[in-house]
Amino acid sequence: MIRLEKSFVATELPRAIARMTVEDATRLSRRSILKTGAAGLALGVYLARGNKAFAQQPPASPVNVAPNTFLIIGSDNTVTVLCKHIEMGQGPFTGMATLVAEELDADWSQMRADHAPSNPGLYKNLAFGVQGTGGSTAIANSFEQMRKVGASARAMLVGAAAAEWNVPAEEITVQNGVIRHSSGKEGRFGEFAEKANQQPLLENPKLKDSSQFRLIGKEGVVKRLDSAAKSNGSAVYTMDINEPGMLTVLIARPPRFGGTVASFDASATKAIPGVVDVKQVPMGVAVYAKGFWAARKGREALKVTWDDSKAEKRGTAQLLSEFRTLSKTPGKIVKQEGAVDAEFAKGGGRIIEAEFVFPYLAHAAMEPLNSYLKWDGEKVVSRFGSQFPTPDMAVIAKVLGVKPENVDLKTILAGGSFGRRAQQTTHIAFELASVAKAIGPGPGVKVVWTREDDMRGGYYRPYAVHKMRGLVRDKKIVAWTDTIVSQSIMKGSPFEAMTMKNGLDSTVYEGSNEIPYDVENFRCDLHQVEIGVPVLWWRSVGHTHTGYAVEAFVDELLDAAGIDPVEGRLALMSKKPRHAGVLKAVAELSNWKNAKLAPGRARGVAVVESFNTFVAQVVELSMTEEGPKVHKVWCAVDCGVAVNPDIIRAQMEGGIGFGLGHILYADIPLEEGRPVSGNFDTYRSLRINEMPEIEVTIVQSTEKPSGVGEPGVPPIGPAVANAIAKLGLTRPRQLPMVPGASV
Amino acid sequence: MTQLTLKINGQSHSIDADPDMPLLWAIRESVGLTGTKYGCGVAQCGACTVFVAGQPVRSCSMPVSAVGADEITTIEGLKSKEALAVQKAWVKLDVPQCGYCQSGQIMSATSLLELNAKPTDRDIDLAMNGNICRCATYVRIRAAIHDAAKSLEG
Amino acid sequence: MMGSASLKNAALAIAAGAFAAGILMVAQGLLTSDADAAIQPALKLQPVASFDKIKNKSQRAVALFQEAGKVINSPRCMNCHPATERPTQTDRMRPHQPLVVRGEGGMGAPGMMCTTCHREANFDSAGVPGNPKWHLAPAEMAWQGKSLGQICEQIKDRKRNGDLTLAALVKHMAEDELVGWAWSPGTGRTPAPGTQKEFGALIKAWADAGATCPKG
Repeated sequence: MIRLEKSFVATELPRAIARMTVEDATRLSRRSILKTGAAGLALGVYLARGNKAFAQQPPASPVNVAPNTFLIIGSDNTVTVLCKHIEMGQGPFTGMATLVAEELDADWSQMRADHAPSNPGLYKNLAFGVQGTGGSTAIANSFEQMRKVGASARAMLVGAAAAEWNVPAEEITVQNGVIRHSSGKEGRFGEFAEKANQQPLLENPKLKDSSQFRLIGKEGVVKRLDSAAKSNGSAVYTMDINEPGMLTVLIARPPRFGGTVASFDASATKAIPGVVDVKQVPMGVAVYAKGFWAARKGREALKVTWDDSKAEKRGTAQLLSEFRTLSKTPGKIVKQEGAVDAEFAKGGGRIIEAEFVFPYLAHAAMEPLNSYLKWDGEKVVSRFGSQFPTPDMAVIAKVLGVKPENVDLKTILAGGSFGRRAQQTTHIAFELASVAKAIGPGPGVKVVWTREDDMRGGYYRPYAVHKMRGLVRDKKIVAWTDTIVSQSIMKGSPFEAMTMKNGLDSTVYEGSNEIPYDVENFRCDLHQVEIGVPVLWWRSVGHTHTGYAVEAFVDELLDAAGIDPVEGRLALMSKKPRHAGVLKAVAELSNWKNAKLAPGRARGVAVVESFNTFVAQVVELSMTEEGPKVHKVWCAVDCGVAVNPDIIRAQMEGGIGFGLGHILYADIPLEEGRPVSGNFDTYRSLRINEMPEIEVTIVQSTEKPSGVGEPGVPPIGPAVANAIAKLGLTRPRQLPMVPGASV
Repeated sequence: MTQLTLKINGQSHSIDADPDMPLLWAIRESVGLTGTKYGCGVAQCGACTVFVAGQPVRSCSMPVSAVGADEITTIEGLKSKEALAVQKAWVKLDVPQCGYCQSGQIMSATSLLELNAKPTDRDIDLAMNGNICRCATYVRIRAAIHDAAKSLEG
Repeated sequence: MMGSASLKNAALAIAAGAFAAGILMVAQGLLTSDADAAIQPALKLQPVASFDKIKNKSQRAVALFQEAGKVINSPRCMNCHPATERPTQTDRMRPHQPLVVRGEGGMGAPGMMCTTCHREANFDSAGVPGNPKWHLAPAEMAWQGKSLGQICEQIKDRKRNGDLTLAALVKHMAEDELVGWAWSPGTGRTPAPGTQKEFGALIKAWADAGATCPKG
């Protein structure tokens, strides 16, 4: 596990974060929104081929950007939005630009996006208080903020035009990036950008009424800003950083979590051409080389003796047995209503018990973990797909002994994350800084994890067992208990105080404690166990298992009561109108009531709310010799105001595919503490031939927008399980459904 | 280390490399064309797909010394009408999410259309299932291949 | 669940096959009084000479083919003689990932041919096997799911063996470089038992003894 001192992570890091957040202006300064012509960040100096992945062309001069801006307007009329959220596929570049362009009345073709530099005061996630991306919060926390940025910039441009033309500002209109006066005068943003800087900034500009939106929520008008660069190979990720003189670093890490280096012999490694140096670092032994291949060969030649005395040596078979034993006893109460035990004791009705088992899962983003840093002893330049720049920056400063303001950290495009790059322990940044420190100031270092390093490197979706008990009497669910055994994600992290109540981690039980169904007698309790395997949020976090357990179990209880899965759920949703809304919508979309299915096919349904977004899915599947074949998925989503409908659909499609692949195939078994799966040959990923057809409907809503990056994931697993049960087969209670891919 | 000459996208590159180094790293690091990605290193994910003598090859599973005089084409050097139609369809349908696998997807899709002008869903499954997309953009990959095929009908 | 049940069945079938091979070896171990060999995994082949004591020509041919069958039944051979259009892989003989099919000439599907991943030689650093002739056996040469006797009849049948005479078949088994790959399959794969030369000699001796096939 992380070798960063616990005290630092738990106490100093939160303080450092708080300090940075407070020291920087917490409100937009007078000139902070719109900047042109100022001396600014030298973008791209560290990248051989320039960091222009996001924009079709870089903005023409004289445009530069001061670090404290959200917007750059180029003399070529390009509008570049500095996105405070990492673009790792979920579309915040396009989303932020949509919000700005809407209020700015820009033409979509002039919009560009880039990542904002690290500056927690200015670019903090309003939901977290620090700069970071996660919890499907990007659009939710930026919805007003970015529209204000656009509206303020529009007012300043109009003010500049009014002054130039000597006409009242009220007589000026802006449409598709063109500023016009009734006299026939017109101009574009680039012409007025410089002068607009002299205009007063409105702290609270008037925002459009939703009836005036021409981009937000509209079909076909907004295209992703990053599609072209991601379709011609020009998008630049951390893996692509290739600076002259740079060293590629591979680290030999302990095969068991918690292992340490006892001794090592690097003589054979140093004989490999291209290997420059070998250093012991807190997490293992680092091989520094000119390029990946020399580093890999060098690491293969390295002889390390590991000290496993403090390592976690339990395998998953043993963990399961321990979890099972625990699940038979009550844990700490998370939520209790009514008189559960008395109700069960009353007798009558039918008691149904189920045990659900969820494996460790790796995020396995397509781009394995990596990071880049160069320092001269005082000033640090670091680039990587940092999902939490604020704590990452703090830890880099701490390790290298430099002032935080001397750490120029910028997040760049990430080849997926699914939670993995949102590091609650900052171990990626810590490792990067430690590697740089060990060899000293000078050459840039790029730490690369091989696929095997990434997959065996821990920070998994926690192993979990749900022991459930339900009582069905007179066609009603009258009692429900859920005893969870799992591991805390937050314990020992800087976010512990935020997310833990009474010592219990809400990310473990979220979704199990608040089920959407009216059940009078209810209890959710938790055994929060300590295991030496580092765990982490994994796309939709606790809902990955709680959504499955709750939705598969309610279906089983409704089945026992002889009630239709859709009708039965709706009848129990008296206090959950938005759950009911998506459920009705998906039933209609899929023609649930009247659909005539081909022989051998069956349908299942599930509805899960996560991150305040409501998603219901219906699957239609058949069973084959190789496991379930999902033919089609219907999906209804309510994410409040839909900002980018096509991106919402894309996230539902992707979330369904991601979720489906894992519930069918994915498992990281441990043998005596060692992760077995190391690559996609033993950690089977969904492939195109296994991808169902998908139809998505977005439920119209005037609620505040909420995220879509994660909520598409949870319902697919239980919907598949429930369809399998409809075929007359056992409802899968242990995942993955098709075991054996990991050997 | 051996002196080798690679012909990539119509240009010759002289490199000094371990003959056993996968072609992938020669393309990415020796030549500096980073559109071709490392995803697994074991021919499971397809992110490193390039053309060698016009045929799709996983560049992670071919030693650089085995290329010989064969012409290599990477995502940066795609020129065929099929390739351009594929790339256009990818942008039109906003296929990419994180984008990291898409170079490989586009190489495979281009090869498919070069060999089969009107692929069925089954043909797409067989040609494309060697390319993993962890974001699961498969629905759009399929739609974009059909769209590109249609646009090539003229 | 049906899916996992059938997967388990597949694993059981393989285990049963291995068990049968073990029995076979015990029998031969007793024949040759080589008790040690009886408890070793089937990594060696008995030399042709050890079958000389079987005087009945037809019985000798059957015994020789059964010995050669250790090779035929090896995952190295079986994986690319699938019953369906899809090969299997690894010692466990799981379905090949990704999904590949026989295609035209056994070379795969347009856009994903065998050569997309498998090149002229094994490439151990990527864990990918290779051979200049790497391809799938045609459908009429499918071995998986068949008894050794059925396979034997099949490989003698010129309609199902690529129109090879018995002599040509012997030469193919003894000398073909793709057949030969089974004995140098690269890291992480159990080689076929014995050597290609020993295997070729067994097949030749079987042919010379009349090429009688095991029953069933």
